[in-house]
Amino acid sequence: MTFLGMPTGSGNLSGDRPFPELAEAALADSQLRGNLARATGTIRARRAGVVAELPDWARLRTAGAAIKDDVLANLDRYLVQLEERVTAAGGTVHWAPDAAAANEIVLGLVRQAGADEVVKVKSMATQEIGLNEALAAAGIAAWETDLAELIVQLAEDRPSHILVPAIHRNRAEIGELFRRTIAGPDLTDEPAALAEAARRHLRERFLASRVAVSGANFAVAETGTLAVVESEGNGRMCLTLPRTLITVLGIEKVLPTWRDLEVFLQLLPRSSTGERMNPYTSMWTGATEGQDFHLVLLDNGRTATLADPAGRSALRCIRCSACLNACPVYERTGGHAYGSVYPGPIGAVLSPQLTGLGADPRNASLPYASSLCGACLQVCPVAIDIPSMLVHLRERSVAAVPHRAERAGLAALAWTMAEPRRWRRVLRLARFGRLLRRLPVLPPPLSAWAASRDLPEPPAETFRDWWDREGSAG
Amino acid sequence: MRVALYVTCLVDGLAPAVGKATVRLLRRLGCRVEVPAGQTCCGQLHINTGYPAAALPLIRNQVAAFVGYDAVVLPSGSCAGSVRHQHAALADRAGDAELAAAARELAGRTYELSEFLVDVLGRVDVGAYYPHRVTYHPTCHSLRLLEVGDRPLRLLRAVAGLELLELPAAETCCGFGGTFAVKNAAVSTAMLADKMRAVQQTGAEVCTAGDASCLLHLGGGLARLRAGVRTVHLAEILASTA
Repeated sequence: MTFLGMPTGSGNLSGDRPFPELAEAALADSQLRGNLARATGTIRARRAGVVAELPDWARLRTAGAAIKDDVLANLDRYLVQLEERVTAAGGTVHWAPDAAAANEIVLGLVRQAGADEVVKVKSMATQEIGLNEALAAAGIAAWETDLAELIVQLAEDRPSHILVPAIHRNRAEIGELFRRTIAGPDLTDEPAALAEAARRHLRERFLASRVAVSGANFAVAETGTLAVVESEGNGRMCLTLPRTLITVLGIEKVLPTWRDLEVFLQLLPRSSTGERMNPYTSMWTGATEGQDFHLVLLDNGRTATLADPAGRSALRCIRCSACLNACPVYERTGGHAYGSVYPGPIGAVLSPQLTGLGADPRNASLPYASSLCGACLQVCPVAIDIPSMLVHLRERSVAAVPHRAERAGLAALAWTMAEPRRWRRVLRLARFGRLLRRLPVLPPPLSAWAASRDLPEPPAETFRDWWDREGSAG
Repeated sequence: MRVALYVTCLVDGLAPAVGKATVRLLRRLGCRVEVPAGQTCCGQLHINTGYPAAALPLIRNQVAAFVGYDAVVLPSGSCAGSVRHQHAALADRAGDAELAAAARELAGRTYELSEFLVDVLGRVDVGAYYPHRVTYHPTCHSLRLLEVGDRPLRLLRAVAGLELLELPAAETCCGFGGTFAVKNAAVSTAMLADKMRAVQQTGAEVCTAGDASCLLHLGGGLARLRAGVRTVHLAEILASTA
């Protein structure tokens, strides 16, 4: 399936190697596996606790999914309405078809403001388009102000989780990093001391920067209001102090009405940080007095994603990361193995759709990065059926990037299975499996199996030969 | 009641003891068991690997093979999940309304073994005797697709002589996942390692589950470790008598 004429997404949406290779490298890092198991285990338990508190969670979830589906079905209307309201409230709206266009717009606005540095609120959209790299290339410094994003930036690392970008680091590693970069050698690994070091470093940036760049969790079409949900207060500093505020917003983030926030401001914090309510929710409508406000609406493959009826509900995602924390694959590999800034189960369905499987074959392995255990669907606050979508995208994956041997093998198998007598004769060959045990090296895919698992002891006869011989007589 | 056993490829070719145990158990509970000769594969392997078109002839074959039975019983949550949750939708997408209707009708009388015993036969105590320390791993598709809940545990608790030990982090996937086990062998093995550690922590002699596929993976890993823990399908435990 290809959707001609739809621009596909670009930016930090794919890795340089396929998932199995990146995953194997990540699995070798025992420190990483320990950090991840502890962190995801803690958030999972916290989420489960606060979700169980709400008697109407299932209905909130249904409402969340329904509102998002309405948004996706009427996106054209809601986006134009949002543009009208933001413009009427003194803001300026820009439309960016892809990552390069969005970066160009932001760069132009920063230059126009005469700034050589910007402060940033944690934002997946700007990570997606690689804004920091684009600004750096133009000589403009972008300072991440979310603590975890700051850690990632100082370490010249990449985020590995949607909510907790530095989840792969523990505090001993962070202490070492801070002593090397922003604090003196006397800094301890105590959480309070680390936070204080970051606070001192960031305070100067908040006061000095004339431009802030943010993302947004929600945008209300009815009122033109944008909302940022955060925990540290750095977001509010960025949104209020600088003279120019630029917000980069994925077009699927729009909500029809103010009242819809009621649903999402319950679903998001409970699914995300496992809190009843997040500490800071900032909302603003257009330009505040004395401030210049720009909204950049980002497509970057979202319209192309919308075109696939079996894949479009991935755009319901509110970036809570509950599916990452629930995923047994993510827990063991971490986020970097997925290549894209969107890791975990949602990344495995979103990244290949945004880039297009044909346009960027590097993401063809992502739909297979799952055992289809279904834990992601269970926790998703907007009920995205990720397992079914993975199966659907596997079909698109092999259509875009053909795997000839596999296709031929499975076609031959299906041909055999389609005729019962033929299939019975083939199954009888299983008893020759004992011969395989004599081989010094097994052929693939048996070799991949036998690297860590013994082959089963082959039976002397198939079940159905037994049945015909004596079983049916009972 | 005329019951058809849908034996599944893995049980037929690699674990016939599971099929024999299922027959023994169902007969003991008064069912007339038949094994329709026309059955082959549910096609889940093809669907989940990205080749759903190849599964269509298998679904056609399947609905023909099981016509006329009161109930179709599978000793597998995963294959039952495919019959119940994938086939009709796939036929719909292929534009074959007749096949979709037949697949829906078949799905309505298809049961995973523990569902059939508890919901259809109304039996929790099946008269089994199995004097061993046992831990139970709920397989993902039985747990999350079919939502069998605690049915297997209730059946196990009613087995005479059996000591049931709780598996830590029981609901975490064992890492099998069909072709996932070979396409992402390293991740699959990492998940398996954690599951085996949990199984060993229980001190059980036997790890049981409702899917031969997951048990093949788990048993293969435990055998490689010489862990001294055997994997035994739920049907085999429930079929055992004194």
